[in-house]
Amino acid sequence: METIIGEIVAKYNYWIYVVLMMIGFYAMIGKRNLVKKLIGMNIFQTSIILFFVSTGVKKGGGIPIVDKYQALAGHVEAASTVNPLPHVLMLTAIVVGVSVTGVALAVLQRIYKEYGTLEEDEILEKLQR
Amino acid sequence: MRDIYEHTAGEDLIIKTSVRLMVPFIQVFGLYVIIHGHYSPGGGFQGGVILGASFILLALAFGMKTSQEYMTVSVNAVLNNLGPAIFIGVGVLCALFGGLFLDYSALDKLIPLGPVEWRSFGIFLIEVGVGVAVMSIMVLLYWNLSSGGAMDEGL
Amino acid sequence: MNATNLHLFVLIVPLLAALAINLLGRRSRQWIAPLVLGSLAFSVFGSIIMMARVIEHGTLRYTVGNWQPPYGIELVVDPLSALMMVLISVVALLASFSSLKSVEQELPGREHFFFTLYMILIAGLFGLVLTGDAFNLYVLLEITSITTYGLIAMGKGRAALSSFNYIIMGSIGACFYLLGIGYIYILTGTLNMADIARILPTLNAPVATATAIAFVLVGLWVKMAFFPLHSWLPNAYSQAPTGAGTMVAPLMTKVTVYLMVRVIFTMYTPALVFTHEWIAQGVVWAASVAIICGSVLALGQKDLRRMLTYIIVAEVGYMVGGIFLANANGLTGSILHIVNDALMTLCLFLVVAAIIYRQGSVSLVSLQGIFRRMPITMAAFTLGAFAMIGVPPTCGFFSKWYLILGGIDGGHWEFVIALVVSSLINAVLFFRIIELGYFGSLQDVDHQEHIIAERHEAPWWMLSPLVLTAIILIVVGLSTGPLVNNVIRLMIPVGF
Repeated sequence: METIIGEIVAKYNYWIYVVLMMIGFYAMIGKRNLVKKLIGMNIFQTSIILFFVSTGVKKGGGIPIVDKYQALAGHVEAASTVNPLPHVLMLTAIVVGVSVTGVALAVLQRIYKEYGTLEEDEILEKLQR
Repeated sequence: MRDIYEHTAGEDLIIKTSVRLMVPFIQVFGLYVIIHGHYSPGGGFQGGVILGASFILLALAFGMKTSQEYMTVSVNAVLNNLGPAIFIGVGVLCALFGGLFLDYSALDKLIPLGPVEWRSFGIFLIEVGVGVAVMSIMVLLYWNLSSGGAMDEGL
Repeated sequence: MNATNLHLFVLIVPLLAALAINLLGRRSRQWIAPLVLGSLAFSVFGSIIMMARVIEHGTLRYTVGNWQPPYGIELVVDPLSALMMVLISVVALLASFSSLKSVEQELPGREHFFFTLYMILIAGLFGLVLTGDAFNLYVLLEITSITTYGLIAMGKGRAALSSFNYIIMGSIGACFYLLGIGYIYILTGTLNMADIARILPTLNAPVATATAIAFVLVGLWVKMAFFPLHSWLPNAYSQAPTGAGTMVAPLMTKVTVYLMVRVIFTMYTPALVFTHEWIAQGVVWAASVAIICGSVLALGQKDLRRMLTYIIVAEVGYMVGGIFLANANGLTGSILHIVNDALMTLCLFLVVAAIIYRQGSVSLVSLQGIFRRMPITMAAFTLGAFAMIGVPPTCGFFSKWYLILGGIDGGHWEFVIALVVSSLINAVLFFRIIELGYFGSLQDVDHQEHIIAERHEAPWWMLSPLVLTAIILIVVGLSTGPLVNNVIRLMIPVGF
């Protein structure tokens, strides 16, 4: 029992991102409103971004901003600065997420103009007729 | 008694006054974030979003027509393409001067500042391009989505 | 300008053309056609020159920004990448002749938006085949996907709904890929593909490595519409505007199959992926089911374009199964099939575009007697159909031959049976249409038969790429020998 609690507490960032990912996934599949599906997709992407950023953390580390000339002289302590590479990668992933959300919202506006509703079952009904 | 549901957006005095006071400071802060990206959290995308948000705040408070007086649709179209063009242009310029693509030290042949200094300055040029592109595209996204594509009347 | 940067200029010129189309196309439509065709012609020449250089000098490694690998983003042009570059540029150029005409008819007044997205998509595809960095691959994959979502949503009717469905499923795939790359970064600390291949086998973390491989592969399978993850493809590709379908359908899924080849053979060495026999067996079984289901579902369709999209699903099954056969013939067949299938699908979709331009619909009912009106189009369709079925000397025969040999070598009889059955079903599908086209009676508005039909071919803008593609099918088929020996054999790892 202690080992299970020990495992959960030691790797809590993994557990948090799994819970978030499943919430997003459920929203994408289980909800019938198209906007809610889109929000679920956003939650899904956000959980992956959080997971990535959390992998760069070091115990007692500070933010990765160093003075230019100090870095050129060679004194950068890797053990006390948080890894900046996941931050930069996730910046790009956030931009990708924003773009997909923008395109999806524009597409949803077209769907609304075409069918008058944003509920999936009502749209399927209109398609059947 | 006036029905509160007749209260349309953009007619509240408090919102208009506070937005009119805040927008210049937001824009200066956005420019600061773009330029200071080397030395503090910030950079092209973040500063561009803040600049775009200032225009969207104008559109929310005063109506879309007013925000289109400050950034017309044709200027927006030009800025949309100018941002990526700056990015790609700097890269192509580096390639034309004999280096690899986006190898800023090759620009040393154009204006002699020293190759290491040019590497730092080249990133700044790229960030400006990204900031301009992100600002204009954010504003365009808001205009398109809030008016359903017609760009005449906002929320 | 020296030739070291040529492969990047092949990518940048379509991108700059996209920006120029966005700016200048608003003022007048005259600018669009020269910009599109000029930039794509430059890309064709550039990629052919790159291919000649790579065959002569070997693999070219290039880091953007002159940062040393593994810290910089590396671009790798090896024979397979050069072949894909030539394929993408040739297919894009031929498809854009036809798209210029279709978009004029279907989306009047919005052509500059369409072609901006189109050119950015082509630049993204070039980037996908050039990159040697795992995260850069994710970014470019999303660039191509986002522009495709936008292109598909421009169609009429159900197009917006199909595009939304594609958005949801495509984002799940891309997020899975990103998750897999995250695991790899945590394990190895680097994102460069060659570096990952060097470090990953030395680690002792079998479960984490297997999870990473699984996430990346499933993400790519969603993107390439491998059965049963294919449900977004038929709606998305058949509701898209005709000009978009002509370019996207031959290229997107095939480039994603190339990405899977790149991930398995360059990033994870094959020893790591094929360690457990039962995984490869399971995937080959799944591919056989995919082939049969795709072909059978195509039988029940009443619209030519939807039928072709289900055939795309079956063809993806060929390629995935071929790779997971894990022997030299299977891999050769699979890579050859990427090239051949792109050309065959281009030919058939160009036929569909020509028929829609003249008639407005490609339902099987409206295709009766179309031979008398559009003889050249139907002749090219017949050639494309023979290539799909696998009749020599068209290119389709040779890739199927290698795949069947690979299946027999590996003892995977279910794969061989699936290939043969699907060829027969393809024969039924296409001969049904050929019979309707050649021997059906022309339908008129009042359903009067025996009317005198005058020849009403598609305009020469749409006809010339069609004829050229049909000729290329035979030329590529006859030059399979040099292609396999000089290019594809270099990709097969030692010991296969």
